[in-house]
Amino acid sequence: MRRDGPRSLSFYGLAAFFALFVLFLYGPTLTILVLSFQGPQGGLTFPLNGVSTHWFSRLWAGLGVVDIWAAFRRSVALGLVVMVLTVTLAFFAGLAFRKGFRGQGLLFYTAVASLIVPSIVVSLGIGLEFRLLDEAIKALAAATGWSLLQDHGTVMGLFSSGLGAHLTWTLPFGLLIMFAVFNRFDRAYEEAARDLGADGPRTLVHVVVPIILPSLVGVALFGFTLSWDELARTSQAIGGRNTLPLELQGLTTTVTTPEIYALGTLTTGVSLLVIALAFSTFLWLQKRRARRTLLPGG
Amino acid sequence: MSLASERAMPVPAAAAARPAAAPGLAAQARRQRRLAYWQAAPLALVFLAFFAVPLALTLMVSFWEYNEYEIIPSFTLQNYADVFEGCFSGGDLCTTFRTYLSTLKFCLLAWAFTLGIGFTVAYFVAFHVRSSAMQTVLFLLCTIPFWTSNVIRMIAWIPLLGRNGLVNDGLMALGLTRAPIDGLLYSDFAVVLAFVHLNTVFMIVPIFNSMMRIDRSLLEAARDAGASDWQTLWTVIVPLCKPGIAIGSIFVLTLVMGDFVTVGVMGGQQIASVGKVIQVQMSYLQFPAAAANAVVLLGAVTLVIAGLTRLIDLRREL
Repeated sequence: MRRDGPRSLSFYGLAAFFALFVLFLYGPTLTILVLSFQGPQGGLTFPLNGVSTHWFSRLWAGLGVVDIWAAFRRSVALGLVVMVLTVTLAFFAGLAFRKGFRGQGLLFYTAVASLIVPSIVVSLGIGLEFRLLDEAIKALAAATGWSLLQDHGTVMGLFSSGLGAHLTWTLPFGLLIMFAVFNRFDRAYEEAARDLGADGPRTLVHVVVPIILPSLVGVALFGFTLSWDELARTSQAIGGRNTLPLELQGLTTTVTTPEIYALGTLTTGVSLLVIALAFSTFLWLQKRRARRTLLPGG
Repeated sequence: MSLASERAMPVPAAAAARPAAAPGLAAQARRQRRLAYWQAAPLALVFLAFFAVPLALTLMVSFWEYNEYEIIPSFTLQNYADVFEGCFSGGDLCTTFRTYLSTLKFCLLAWAFTLGIGFTVAYFVAFHVRSSAMQTVLFLLCTIPFWTSNVIRMIAWIPLLGRNGLVNDGLMALGLTRAPIDGLLYSDFAVVLAFVHLNTVFMIVPIFNSMMRIDRSLLEAARDAGASDWQTLWTVIVPLCKPGIAIGSIFVLTLVMGDFVTVGVMGGQQIASVGKVIQVQMSYLQFPAAAANAVVLLGAVTLVIAGLTRLIDLRREL
């Protein structure tokens, strides 16, 4: 616990524990990463029968009846929409909480509840809601005879119930991050901007957003990755067209070749790419700020 | 929050002090407050449409009747009677109690392991790593897997725990077992392992957050007063980490209580859980029955959280 002097014995014990934990955390994923390059004759376990990209090319050609690439595209599109909405809604809600408004306690605890209520319950609720909505539309169609409503299928879908289900999971994280950010935000910057004659929107765009931009990148990271991997909340609330994680869960019981590892490597690759992108943006923003601070007026 | 206190300040007093500027200031404060409602509205609407209303509908439908084709508006307690069928007649445990008991077992095991591991990891990074850059790197190392797919991280145990997996191969090579052990994968053990693997991060983050807020001079004081490292840990650090421990515990317990994916994949679809019961009833379109189960589950989760939140004020922790 000392900041100087020689390391104690407990340091080495704890360091070893930490190393084992990291191995436990990453080991299994690294195993399937290696096994996805299994040779054509290889199976789901070691040893490696040669090294090839055979299973990736099989994956590229599609996995039997499941259109995995359509699911892939759907998940990317949904993830991007969830990301943009999470950043925008959480940012403005964070500003509102800073000012204070009636019902802020209720809204805050609703957000926290949305995070900890079991996903299956949320999913079931949204599923029910949209089914009842369908029934209501059908009843309306029968009662009025409006041709517009006659061959109504379902309002359930990727960008209605699916999007809502994802937002109940990503928005609480976004909001909690915004709380942490604004708790540490120095109001003097805004006051200075106001004293210099900037109005509200200008202060926001030229002062507040640039200062908290790295944190907004963090919120975006949560928004995309949590949506990209979301499974439990989507399960009952998506209708006919599945997202990638749902297809993947289905495949765990049917696919018995390393194709599923190839798919695992691919989805993890997308996650890691997004994480790397977020981190490098974060570091770039920090560096740019440091440089600008060093060159006053530059 | 400073604006909250400004708002609490009586306006007449301000008006008396500066009569000329007061109307402008009051108008501005009013505008700001109106703006706050507009800024919070989209978020509130999303939670209303996709969280509050769905929960209310679930409660409503749990009292409805159903047959093979449709669900029928009604008010019946039959669905709840079905959930607890045979539970109060004595003799063997009913299905629902057995399921909850099995879930309780997973909860306790997952909680104990994630807490033990999470606390140790957080303690190491917070108090034994000296440079703050290194602390950030190690902390991120623990959280990065959280942003990758849970299903993939479960599947990843197959090549390790399977019949011909690395663990069995290793045990046989060492001569510890003669035949491969079957119960490593698709068993209670695998389920708990996956819970710990996936959920320890939910302990590490809040506990680490609590630890970083501990004033380091308290630790110096403890040492100057003659406390050993252990005594400092138990009498200073652990009590100050209580909020973090409570938040982490809420996350882990509620995740395990409502889980159906981990139990499904790691249990080879053979182990019961409340979430799985709900999922199966949904797939048979028995919505009122599923809704009744969901309401009971929600009640159980609320009880657990009510017990734990007595310990903390969440908003002060951010």
